[in-house]
Amino acid sequence: MYNASDLRKGLKIELDGEPYCITEFDFRKPGKGQSIYRCKLRHMINGTGMEKSFRTADKIGKPDLMERDMIYSYDDGMSYVFMDPTTYDQIHVAPEVIGDLKYFLKEDIECEVLFYQDRPIEVTLPNFIEAEITETEPGARGDTATNVTKPAKIENGYEIAVPLFVNQGDLVKIDTRTGQYSERVSKA
Amino acid sequence: MPERSDMDRLRAARKNLTARAVLNDTIRAFFRSRDFLEVDTPVRIPCPANEDYIDAIPSAGQFLRASPELHMKRVLAAGYDRIFQIGPCFRSGERGSRHLPEFTLLEWYRTQAGYQDILDDCRELIAAAAEQVLEPAGEDGAAHVAFFTGDWAVMTVEDAFHTYAAADVDQCVADGCFDDMLVDRVEPNLGFSQPTVLIDYPASLAALARRKPGHPNRAERWELYIRGLEIANAYGELTDPVEQRQRFAESAEYRRRDGRQAYPIDPWFMAALEAGLPPCGGIALGVDRLLMALMGVDSIDQVVAFPPR
Repeated sequence: MYNASDLRKGLKIELDGEPYCITEFDFRKPGKGQSIYRCKLRHMINGTGMEKSFRTADKIGKPDLMERDMIYSYDDGMSYVFMDPTTYDQIHVAPEVIGDLKYFLKEDIECEVLFYQDRPIEVTLPNFIEAEITETEPGARGDTATNVTKPAKIENGYEIAVPLFVNQGDLVKIDTRTGQYSERVSKA
Repeated sequence: MPERSDMDRLRAARKNLTARAVLNDTIRAFFRSRDFLEVDTPVRIPCPANEDYIDAIPSAGQFLRASPELHMKRVLAAGYDRIFQIGPCFRSGERGSRHLPEFTLLEWYRTQAGYQDILDDCRELIAAAAEQVLEPAGEDGAAHVAFFTGDWAVMTVEDAFHTYAAADVDQCVADGCFDDMLVDRVEPNLGFSQPTVLIDYPASLAALARRKPGHPNRAERWELYIRGLEIANAYGELTDPVEQRQRFAESAEYRRRDGRQAYPIDPWFMAALEAGLPPCGGIALGVDRLLMALMGVDSIDQVVAFPPR
């Protein structure tokens, strides 16, 4: 169990048998009064938000969470299959857990899979992945400005904004946390 | 929060740290000019006051003071009429955007004075602080100074609960939801158009204040709010040793029931009360909080050189 004084932004807790992540936290206390630990919570599976205040004496549940390093294998049409590189266990992750990260999944990349009571609920990709630009208008040669952008697509159709100097066939780095272009790795 | 080096943080804090130094000077000049004596009382003490919700930090068999109140009252009882102190105080577990476990408290006390006299002092002090600390640029700057130098609103706790929480304050106390209502409904409305004083607390929340003569359900206690932020807490001080001992005992018992340490009752303070503390008023003002209000910042970390990590 956690004590109220353990609460902080980013902590994962369990309430009424459901896992929540604290997205905002503040401590309030009238000078002579009781401590109030105010939290904004996000349900870790369905994403719904709620507010909850705790008191000093409250004991707060720790969710049964486990993180495992796993390798992405393939998409079987219904789910995404990941493999434990030491035990070769395979697990199936539902598309709604992956969301837009599906555009950045590539065979053999190492991911962190978060399990709640043995059920995969969150996949974290490496911060950056590389992808080839398959479609974009030709950019002006020598234009190195990075603040002017144009649309581009990668192999799987995902669209990103890239600087004008990026061309079709270039390899670029994408930040998986924001889904945005980060830098060019190599030219076509 | 983005990681910043210690040096970058300190450099960025120059404006607020400069304001802090000016505020300290202003406070000292203000009280000196009014014949208050600055006293320095111990930071490490054997007997912190038993209060329901203020926890002292242990320090090698003693405690770090949560307030200098008991020592300052001992000085008053010895015949000093006007005293003040600025210094560090410590409260266990208090950390948030408005709380530091080590913070700076200004306290001042006057004999033969009531909580209304302390209110006058406070109003004048804060006006002086705004004039000295702020360097108003343009219309907005002038309006910001005028906010602190202008009139204050004074509202009873009872009225504030009616107005902002549609609730009866005594019922809230009985139901144990006073603090929740205060924090969620009342405080967010206080002190936005002008500094606002919440006055005459339910007697059960008197702490070290005396009961209001003729109104035994109310205590002579007020709190100053500026833009939703609690700045200061003032009392017509309780001088009756019998009632004081009983309140300490009740708080000690409450703390024990709550699984928290009860503190020994300070025998020197009790002796001072028994010898006779003259009628007096006193106040504790959060210097860091006042700086937050003056500088218009949301986080207390921005007004100290070294916020704890």
